[in-house]
Amino acid sequence: MATDMVTNSAREEVLRRIRAAKGGVANPEVALAGWNAVERRYKREATRSREAILEVLVDRLQDYDARVVRVMHVDVSSAALRMLTERGAKRMVVPRGLPAEWLPDGFEFVVDDGLPAAELDRVDGVITGATLAIAETGTVVLQNVAGQGRRAATLVPDYHLCVVRVEDVVETVPEAFGRLQATSGLATTFVSGPSATADIEMTRIKGVHGPRFLDVVLVG
Amino acid sequence: MSAVALDPKTAPTFPMAAKAAMGDAQLRKNVRHATDVIQAKRARVVAEMPDWQDLREAGKQIRQHTMENLDFYLEEFEANCTRAGGVVHWARDAEEARRTIVSLVKASGSDEVIKIKSMTTEEIQLNSALEAAGVHPIETDLAELIIQLGEDRPSHIVVPALHKNRQQIREIFQRTMNLPELGDKPHDLADAARVFLREKFLRVKTGVSGANFLIAETGGVCIVESEGNGRMCLTLPETLIAVAGIDKVIPRYQDLEVLLQLLPRSATGERMNPYTSVWTGVDTADGPRVFHVVLMDNARTEILADEEARQTLNCIRCAACQNACPVYRQTGGHAYGSVYAGPIGAILTPQLQEMHHAQSLPYASSLCGACYEVCPVKINIPEVLIHLRNKVVKQKGLSAEALAMRTMGLIFRSERRFRAAQRLGRVAESPLAGKDGWIGWLPGLLGGWTQARDLQEMPKETFRDWWEKRGKNGN
Repeated sequence: MATDMVTNSAREEVLRRIRAAKGGVANPEVALAGWNAVERRYKREATRSREAILEVLVDRLQDYDARVVRVMHVDVSSAALRMLTERGAKRMVVPRGLPAEWLPDGFEFVVDDGLPAAELDRVDGVITGATLAIAETGTVVLQNVAGQGRRAATLVPDYHLCVVRVEDVVETVPEAFGRLQATSGLATTFVSGPSATADIEMTRIKGVHGPRFLDVVLVG
Repeated sequence: MSAVALDPKTAPTFPMAAKAAMGDAQLRKNVRHATDVIQAKRARVVAEMPDWQDLREAGKQIRQHTMENLDFYLEEFEANCTRAGGVVHWARDAEEARRTIVSLVKASGSDEVIKIKSMTTEEIQLNSALEAAGVHPIETDLAELIIQLGEDRPSHIVVPALHKNRQQIREIFQRTMNLPELGDKPHDLADAARVFLREKFLRVKTGVSGANFLIAETGGVCIVESEGNGRMCLTLPETLIAVAGIDKVIPRYQDLEVLLQLLPRSATGERMNPYTSVWTGVDTADGPRVFHVVLMDNARTEILADEEARQTLNCIRCAACQNACPVYRQTGGHAYGSVYAGPIGAILTPQLQEMHHAQSLPYASSLCGACYEVCPVKINIPEVLIHLRNKVVKQKGLSAEALAMRTMGLIFRSERRFRAAQRLGRVAESPLAGKDGWIGWLPGLLGGWTQARDLQEMPKETFRDWWEKRGKNGN
């Protein structure tokens, strides 16, 4: 096909230019050795106690306007009940595989079977779990797995209630990437507070297109 | 429609454009305010990182290593992205990239696209190419929306509408969104954008994005953003087309542990930006079913070939150098005549033009080094600026300035000639000096000095003359 030929010749030409620019074809072994030689003296491991790490996470989440509560396992549904009530939410979307015991009575839960975006736009919010959370940056990491679901479901609704288990909390960004390496091919979203912008006079304004309200239930 | 795009090929020289910008008090006030705010935020979140310098060093080494093995990592990215269901295209220049993207959009069957903010699409003036092909591009980043609706041009890499204040933004939104009652609180403005764009997010079937990072190891693409407009564009459409310079590739997924610490703190002064998305190819149950990546050269290989300037390609587009630059902070971005303004623009733009245009930009700096100090990947911008000045001088050949410098060198090499020149200078300047001993005007090429400052008259007696006289008198 003609377009493929054009693309192929562009590919060959760009690669040829790169090799001419740096004097030859890259050698995979040299590349591997070069990457291994990168000096990584930055902090990669946790330096705080478990409790201190959780305190930092709560502090950083709140700093970015998320609300956080910490509860024991058995109390997730009552914490969810309080938060949903305070947010005035009645109809929530939930991904497949979300633990049923997290869900309080008295609300409508719609399981996401690939709901159209317009449907997601009509629910009051979404409840999910999380793969992990990063204390130093106040970040919750979501992947498209059971209990967390499709990316659209945590994006279109205006309110996100996210349940994070304490054993999934790490202190540093490098620890998080260490844990994520095995699932690096999954669609992954790093969420740090509700959506925001600084585009007007560099002042952070909470809430633009993503969920404007983020609640985190920290469990354990 | 948009205003005449920033095009280094047709832009006035920096000194001319800067002079015009300096006369705009409102612009200067807006730029100063915004860059003050962002610099203070950045300083605060950088100070809480005891390992910041180690992160910078690792960032520099990762980027440098990538450029040294660029062909390997691009091929690896291509193979892994393709395996995951993505389609990879290559483009030698802006024209080829535009043509490829326009035909992919056409093939998607959509006559409008929702766009994630992308300076690469600004670089190649994609929007006008789409419009010419009958496709309506909708900018969804708040700042880019302000630019698009205001028929304006971007002035900053991260916050393209940084030169507009809230009253000006309100005026644009009132007029273009038909909201006469709109308030000027930032919240009101963000809400207006939310309502304006939501319907488009839910309806438009094709998205166009740039990329912050292409991950060779996995074939994944990473987009760093704040508002959620990026997530909307990369999740909801049926077709997604990402365009990226070949410099955007990184070797491994793990390298994000460095770059995602450096970028948000440097760019917006946040510990982490609200949303970072990483996805790999196509997932049939989640997100677009068709995914294209266009890998574009557009003179990046020219930069790669220049060993002294190669570090320009290490840039991760955080704009910390713009915020810190005493020149940018006075003129704002438009004076640079390019979508890449400030110190990084001063080295990137002329090189992307293969030194055929924008030759005044390497001089748009006092070489104070503030840009180097804040750069998260330690690009030595002053060093590259000097290197490029050297190229510009060589390119000019024997100019009047070069000739004058050569003559100066000749004079300074000989005491006799130096003394003669001093005598000659005293005679020549005497009609120009005022009673106060200052010269306010010089002719010809020398006039460049007196345009902005006075020159003090030479002393009647030089130190050497005085010293010799003193020796003779014996006191």
